[in-house]
Amino acid sequence: MWEYSDKVREHFFNPRNSGPLEEANGIGDVGSIQCGDALRLMLKVDPETEIIQDAHFQTFGCGSAIASSSALTEIIKGMTLDEALKVSNQNIADYLDGLPPEKMHCSVMGREALQAAIANYRGEEWSDDHEEGALVCKCFAIDSVMIEDVVKANDLNTVEEVTFYTKAGGGCAACHEGIEEILARIKAERAGPGEVSPPPACPATPEAPKPPSKKLSIVEKIAKIQDVLESVRPMLQRDHGDVELADVQGKKIYVYLKGACSGCMMEAATLGGIQQKMIETLGELVQVLPASHMPVDA
Amino acid sequence: MNPIYLDNNATTRVDPAVVEAMLPFFTEHFGNASSIHAFGSEVGKALKKARGQVQALLGAEHDSEIIFTSCGTESDSTAILSALKAQPERNTVITTVVEHPAILTLCDWLEKEGTIVHKLKVDKKGRLDLDEYKSLLNDRVAIVSVMWANNETGTIFPVEEMAELAAARGIMFHTDAVQAVGKIPIDLKNTKIDMLSLSGHKLHAPKGIGVLYLRRGCRFRPLLRGGHQERGRRAGTENSASIVGLGMACELAMQHMEEENTSVKRLRDKLEQGILSRISHCFPTGDVSNRLPNTSNIAFEYIEGEAILLLLNKMGIAGSSGSACTSGSLEPSHVMRAMGIPYTAAHGTIRFSLSRYNTEEEVDRVIAAVPPIIAQLRKLSPYWSDSGPAAKPEEAFAPTYA
Repeated sequence: MWEYSDKVREHFFNPRNSGPLEEANGIGDVGSIQCGDALRLMLKVDPETEIIQDAHFQTFGCGSAIASSSALTEIIKGMTLDEALKVSNQNIADYLDGLPPEKMHCSVMGREALQAAIANYRGEEWSDDHEEGALVCKCFAIDSVMIEDVVKANDLNTVEEVTFYTKAGGGCAACHEGIEEILARIKAERAGPGEVSPPPACPATPEAPKPPSKKLSIVEKIAKIQDVLESVRPMLQRDHGDVELADVQGKKIYVYLKGACSGCMMEAATLGGIQQKMIETLGELVQVLPASHMPVDA
Repeated sequence: MNPIYLDNNATTRVDPAVVEAMLPFFTEHFGNASSIHAFGSEVGKALKKARGQVQALLGAEHDSEIIFTSCGTESDSTAILSALKAQPERNTVITTVVEHPAILTLCDWLEKEGTIVHKLKVDKKGRLDLDEYKSLLNDRVAIVSVMWANNETGTIFPVEEMAELAAARGIMFHTDAVQAVGKIPIDLKNTKIDMLSLSGHKLHAPKGIGVLYLRRGCRFRPLLRGGHQERGRRAGTENSASIVGLGMACELAMQHMEEENTSVKRLRDKLEQGILSRISHCFPTGDVSNRLPNTSNIAFEYIEGEAILLLLNKMGIAGSSGSACTSGSLEPSHVMRAMGIPYTAAHGTIRFSLSRYNTEEEVDRVIAAVPPIIAQLRKLSPYWSDSGPAAKPEEAFAPTYA
């Protein structure tokens, strides 16, 4: 059985605002192809102020779909439509003290129902702009569409690269076979018919970086290091983490991993990815280490 | 109130007599059956007895046809991989669309590796088309693997007849019988079945013990190599306590076979009729006239199975569901889809599987508990209005699917 939070269980056993809403003037009917669940969200909006005076739901779905629907109606009541449109699926999940990774799509369905209901109220046509694929990495809730998009956009070739960009595959390793299949398929698409070759199971030995045309001054070097860190920060911040430069000692670059990154089981993969980028940018072999590894008397 | 366990197709309670038989094999009889000394020979004798008990339940001709494994899945993998390895000139596997993942996932992987896999389809009641089956039998087929009884619906397949047809064409026949063994009589010596998988924990033995029956003379390649145990057909030190437990469980299953097909069956029928007569828009799935005596699978339309299970669990009642959400997979049960059950019903299927431990009083409690749960969830469903499905439910609610 799933590990549902107490809040999910409570909203499932005692759903708020369930059933039809007679005076609804905005209705959103959406379904998740991921599991066949479906949700009708009904809004009663004050035409003067655009404030959501009441919200009800009817859901065909599992425990977390019902709990997500219930939570959504509680969150948006009293909001203006513009405020409600800012509610993300993560807000819904957070309101419920989290959802199991396999169940995050229940909260996505809630957000989509909200968009659809508001579009319906405004007399607009709502079309779904997001595609959901099969769940590949259960440790970090990453689906096949996301992996495909990232592999194509960044021209990735190995499971390790996919892990760095998406986290998929950074946990229990059960999905490595699935990720390799996606890589092989995209590689075959890139290559065109007749030139299929599977991706390497292990990363190829990194090519020795080309020596820079001239040696970087320490100031230039640190500026480049900061640039690399800035470029990876948005990705870490998306997962409620962050990174900051601690010190540079010769070929060793020490960084502070902050927020969700500190103590994360992905720490090694995160540092490995940053290190790869550093090597490419600086044109020399360097090591990226957590600040906790700094020599005490240095 | 005592909890009610109606999920015996998932796993069963170990019979107290089985536990009792096992305990000495953790303490005084801890020896390795391969050893020469007295510690080992006691265990060796116990394994021989257990082998005989399993042989008796299966109606096998020789006790050497019984190979102890770690589980049903290992037995399944061993059987199919052995058939392919031992007959390199044959590259095809015939199975069905409703097999357990132990077979289907293996076959999907074999397909990627180049094996040709034919999956027999089923009709609305989950029955096979034997004409389709006959048309696929040819001398490239390494093995046919068809389950004896389906784990979700209990539907029984005509494996004895199918094995005859395969044997007539010189094709090996394997059956995954983990749900059938102990529930319906089996007499392998009078069939053409070459291999059979069973799993201890489905018949009141512990988890972690299984059997592969291998007909004498059937070509074989082991999955695990490394020791002479099980005559070199399955290396690895014997799980002696569990083997002894399985032997005892098989003996008990023989004693209770009639009870299984009379009193357990009667309770199952009472439960099913009680629910069907009290709740509208629900129906039993599978071939109800030809199924295991302990299994009832009911589809409750317009609601979702996990939600039903959570509310049942709150009442202390344990069942299982074919809904997508209980597995974390994309789709509702492949068995329900194969039978063409519509999504709005397939998601709401609940399997009740009984055992000889269930009582009349428990069944009465479940019959009383289910209707309010279904009504409560239907009240939340967009396909439902007041006391019945919305007029033309598929039109009344046609969501945009993302």
